[in-house]
Amino acid sequence: MADIVLDKVSKRFPDGTTAVQDVDLEIADGEFVILVGPSGCGKSTTLNMIAGLEDISSGELRIGGERVNDKAPRDRDIAMVFQSYALYPNMTVRENMAFPLRLAKMDKETINQKVDEAAKVLELTALLDRRPANLSGGQRQRVAMGRAIVRQPKAFLMDEPLSNLDAKLRVQMRTVVSRLQKQLGTTTVYVTHDQTEAMTLGDRVVIMRGGAVQQVGPPQELYDHPRNLFVAGFIGSPSMNFVHAVVEDGRLRTALGDVPVGDRIRRELEGGDAPRELILGIRPEHFEDAALIDDETRRRGMEFEAPVDIVESMGSDKYVYFTVEGERATAAELEELAADTGAADFAGAGSNLVTRLSAESPVREGESRRVWFNLEKIHLFDPGSGRNLTLHEGRSAGALAD
Amino acid sequence: MSVNATPAGAQAAAEAEAEQPGGRHAAVPEQRSRRGSRAPLSDNKRAERRLGWLLCAPAALVMVLVTAYPILYSVWLSLQRFDLRFPDEREFVGLENYVTVLTNDFWWTAFGVTALITVVTVAVELVLGMGLALIMHRTLVGRGIVRTAALIPYGIVTVVAAFSWRYAWTPGTGYLANLFDGSAPLTERASSLAIIMLAEIWKTTPFMALLLMAGLALVPEDLLKAASTDGATAWQRFTKVMLPVMKPAILVALLFRTLDAFRVFDNIFVLTNGGNETSSVSMLAYNNLIRGLNLGIGSTMSVLIFITVAIIAFVFVKLFGTAAPGSDDGERR
Repeated sequence: MADIVLDKVSKRFPDGTTAVQDVDLEIADGEFVILVGPSGCGKSTTLNMIAGLEDISSGELRIGGERVNDKAPRDRDIAMVFQSYALYPNMTVRENMAFPLRLAKMDKETINQKVDEAAKVLELTALLDRRPANLSGGQRQRVAMGRAIVRQPKAFLMDEPLSNLDAKLRVQMRTVVSRLQKQLGTTTVYVTHDQTEAMTLGDRVVIMRGGAVQQVGPPQELYDHPRNLFVAGFIGSPSMNFVHAVVEDGRLRTALGDVPVGDRIRRELEGGDAPRELILGIRPEHFEDAALIDDETRRRGMEFEAPVDIVESMGSDKYVYFTVEGERATAAELEELAADTGAADFAGAGSNLVTRLSAESPVREGESRRVWFNLEKIHLFDPGSGRNLTLHEGRSAGALAD
Repeated sequence: MSVNATPAGAQAAAEAEAEQPGGRHAAVPEQRSRRGSRAPLSDNKRAERRLGWLLCAPAALVMVLVTAYPILYSVWLSLQRFDLRFPDEREFVGLENYVTVLTNDFWWTAFGVTALITVVTVAVELVLGMGLALIMHRTLVGRGIVRTAALIPYGIVTVVAAFSWRYAWTPGTGYLANLFDGSAPLTERASSLAIIMLAEIWKTTPFMALLLMAGLALVPEDLLKAASTDGATAWQRFTKVMLPVMKPAILVALLFRTLDAFRVFDNIFVLTNGGNETSSVSMLAYNNLIRGLNLGIGSTMSVLIFITVAIIAFVFVKLFGTAAPGSDDGERR
């Protein structure tokens, strides 16, 4: 077990593209860190550099305090789980799991004992004599995990280990991975493109975009206090709503009405180079049916009325989609996010608002409904730089903060 | 660090998997029932089958004409005393020709030479071919040029190549012979065989490399990465991961090359013309059949070569489980 430190680590390919740019990251001993981002953001390259499967172009990588830049993967004492599982097809499950131990020249008895132990943990005992070809996807995944844990390495590196499982099994394996990591207490770096996995699994999440780290922090912090537009849009499902806003007379003119701002934001906006147009971000759960809230709550937000497009009842609450007039919020980061989800060419007119209302709300499709939203929870972004203007000393304080 | 307790989630995950349809085990019973069913065929199915046969018929007919007929005819010839110089003495003699051939020293010498050439050339080609395949697979710059260059020997007509070897080893004029003080290696048995094998290896290693490269492409990159992180050295990755995964491709390559090498003819024909006991069985059959005009004995030799080749193929397919290229069934059950 060991800590992993990335010190200005970069990866440039011979053709000139930079896959990873000056990544600084300190992963504590026993920590579970998730690297997340859209495809091509450099997360897998970063993981491969930690594993030693890719050379580091510049910067320093230390595992357990020791510089390992030039060490071969086999000398780094790390175990990796691959998306494809990468099981050796010619070996049985037992042989697969014993492979790293055999290479480490352990004696047969110890190997058998360790494999049996790991197999028990992952409930693979009955499958030990099967070949990978005769296993289901979930079983193969567990064998891949088993092969990683038998060695008790300094760190686990996992490259989208659950991506090839079907949705239901993935949710269950997520808890297995999480429990296993806590039980073993081994430093783990986990790569995924799935923000739900990132939110649920990690102690800390690293959000990457275009080879650069956007924000590092515990999942809740990223969710509540996104540093920029990209993080705000990437984390959360359904994702944050973005509304175009124009600064006018100390207020923000938006499709949802004029939003008042507090002193702090006003000072920010009065600066000479301050943007005249902003992007307003609101999470779906910060809306509520205006008919269902008390006066105390009402005072903390504002209301608007809009036609209801679609109602999706989740049982516990309702996802209600509204169509609002006005300009769409546009920024490079938002386009990138849309491209990643494949929604770039599927926009429609006006902007769509996703809200999460109480299940008691009698809202119906087609009607026009009054909706309240919480001003203390909104974020304001600079469309040019993507910076979150409402963030003060790392905390997001809403638009009204003084 | 202890890994004793079982995470409860693993149990749940295992159960969820059991519910999952698909996977190999789910598919097996279905297959079996399909195979075992003797239900009467519907009209539609029957028409489909007939169409299938009809579509195969032209190809099957051609195969029968150009391969089955000559094979059967030479078997028929091999059972007769039939020498074109004495056509009147033609007579059915049963297996007498086989006794003649199989008790003859020339045959066994040629057989030994052929076996030697086969074993040595295929073994050397496998090693060199693997090296070449790895180089062709791994090169990043000038991949096309490297591959083309490697394949040139295979693209030259064997007889032409053999002549160039012969000239090279001819004392006085050949550049290779001159390297060895103008000796005449093609006039001695051991050196002749060595040169024949050298020519064979030079010529067909690219073919071996090509077959092996197809096999290399089947080794997933992740598998090698996994082996690296599991602590394998480059050599261990090669022997413990690459070779086993490539095994079907290697066996196919070996089978092709072994059958091919056993029929060695053109190189010997040009280089020594069978002199100094360097004849292969094909040379011997040719000498008897075409030069000697002894159709009976010549056909007997051809049939014996055919049987040997069939045995080699059988051994590869049955004992080593060589699968046809493209099917991965051989290894797994």
